[in-house]
Amino acid sequence: MTPLLSYSLAAALLCYAVAIALALPRLLRGPAAQDRILALDFISVNGMLIVLVLGIRHASTMYFEAALLMTLFGFVSVTAMAKFLFRGEVIE
Amino acid sequence: MTDLKTFADAVAAILLLASGALSLIAALGLLRLPDFFQRMHAPALVTTLGTWCAALASIVHFWVTDFGLRGTVVVILLGLTAPVTTVLLARATLFRRRSSEVSGTSETGL
Repeated sequence: MTPLLSYSLAAALLCYAVAIALALPRLLRGPAAQDRILALDFISVNGMLIVLVLGIRHASTMYFEAALLMTLFGFVSVTAMAKFLFRGEVIE
Repeated sequence: MTDLKTFADAVAAILLLASGALSLIAALGLLRLPDFFQRMHAPALVTTLGTWCAALASIVHFWVTDFGLRGTVVVILLGLTAPVTTVLLARATLFRRRSSEVSGTSETGL
């Protein structure tokens, strides 16, 4: 691995971490419930990206499966929460 | 072979930096934009272009050693699911705003 790639890997990981930190006030303060759900979705996507980039850093393709699972769980949880906001229940 | 590897690493590095920058821009948009419907646009940057860049970087990096397109599966799945969550959230927000206008209560519950 060239130094250029390892430095940019670290920079990308730092960017994702800062993005998650910037999304945290939106998650904690709102103002409405849908803002919190949006911030949670954003944080889950960023976590998935961190896993994807860690896969390059550790030179392992196993991280792809973890990223896939994180995407799926993020989708299911955000859909369930949006549906809860809409109806007041998840499964009718 | 080493030339090819160096070139692939450089391409992956540029894609990774682009992905990180897009993620930061999206986070700033999520934090700073005034209305919810404007804020919905910001995370779409990451779910589309940011994820494409990161997945392409990993594909380019692993392409030299073992050929596989597993990175694209993540992007395709995210491309299928992101519009669904966006539409559901927008509809829920519209519904909540309308019902709060009718009943006169604030929508900033929860």
